[in-house]
Amino acid sequence: MASERRLRIKTLIMVLAMVVCANVGDLLLKHGMSHIGAVVLTGHGIVQAFRLTVTNGIIWTGIFFLLGFMVSYMTVLSWADYSYVMPAGAFGYAVLTFLAVIFLHESVSPRRWIGVVLICVGVLLVGQTKPRTTGVPSEAVA
Amino acid sequence: MRVILALAVLVLGSTGGEIAITHGMKATGEPAKLRPRALLQFLARAVCNGWFWMGLPLMALSFYSLLILLSWEPISLVIPTSALSYVVGTFGGKYILGEDVSVARWVGVVLVCAGVALVAAG
Repeated sequence: MASERRLRIKTLIMVLAMVVCANVGDLLLKHGMSHIGAVVLTGHGIVQAFRLTVTNGIIWTGIFFLLGFMVSYMTVLSWADYSYVMPAGAFGYAVLTFLAVIFLHESVSPRRWIGVVLICVGVLLVGQTKPRTTGVPSEAVA
Repeated sequence: MRVILALAVLVLGSTGGEIAITHGMKATGEPAKLRPRALLQFLARAVCNGWFWMGLPLMALSFYSLLILLSWEPISLVIPTSALSYVVGTFGGKYILGEDVSVARWVGVVLVCAGVALVAAG
C-alpha cells in the first residue's frame, strides 16, 4: 500500500534525523561538561555549574543539535506512535558507542557490544510493526 | 545512590514530558509537507498547544538531570542506562495514549531492555 510505504519511509527519515542530532548533541554536552568538572550538589555548586554551562560554547552547540532533535521528534510524533518512535530511535546506541570510542577514546567491553547488538535486533523488530496504530490526525490528509 | 536518584528524575521526567508532548502533537496534526515553511507553521501550531507546555518543564528537568549525570559518569554508561525510559514509555504509550502495542513491538522493547542491561553492566 503506497500510503503505508510513504508513512514508513518518512518516519524512518525523521527517526534518522533524531538519532544523528541527539547523539552529536550528547557528545558535545559530554565534552563541554568534562571541561566544567563534576557538579557539587549544594545550592552554590548548582548555581556555579549553571553559570558555567550557560557560558560554554560547546554546551550551546550541543543544545543546538538537541533542538534539531526536538523538532524532528515533535514532527514524527505528530503522525507516528510514541511506542514506535522511542524504541526505533534506539539504534542510535550503535552510533553513540562508535562516537564514544572514536572521539572520547572510551573503552567498550565485548559485553557492551553484545548489548548494542541486542538493542539493534530489538529496534529492527519494532521497525517491522505499523508506525501508527491510533487515529489519523486532521492535518494528516492535507 | 545519588546516581540512581538522578536517573529516576531523568527517566520519569523525560517519559512524562514526552507522553504529554506526543498527546499535544497528535492534537496539532502533522505538517502538510516536510519543507522549512510548513515545518515552521507546524511548530507555531504546536507551541500553542497546552500539552506541549506541560511536557516541556518535565523534559527540562530531565535534561538538567542528564547534564549532572554526564559530569559524574561516562557518556557510554549514562545514555544507555537512561534508556530504561523505553519500558516506562511503552507502558505509557499503551495505557495513557491508547496505542496498540503488538507482540512484535513488545518483544522488540524487551530485547532493547536486555541490551540496555548488558550495556549498563559494561
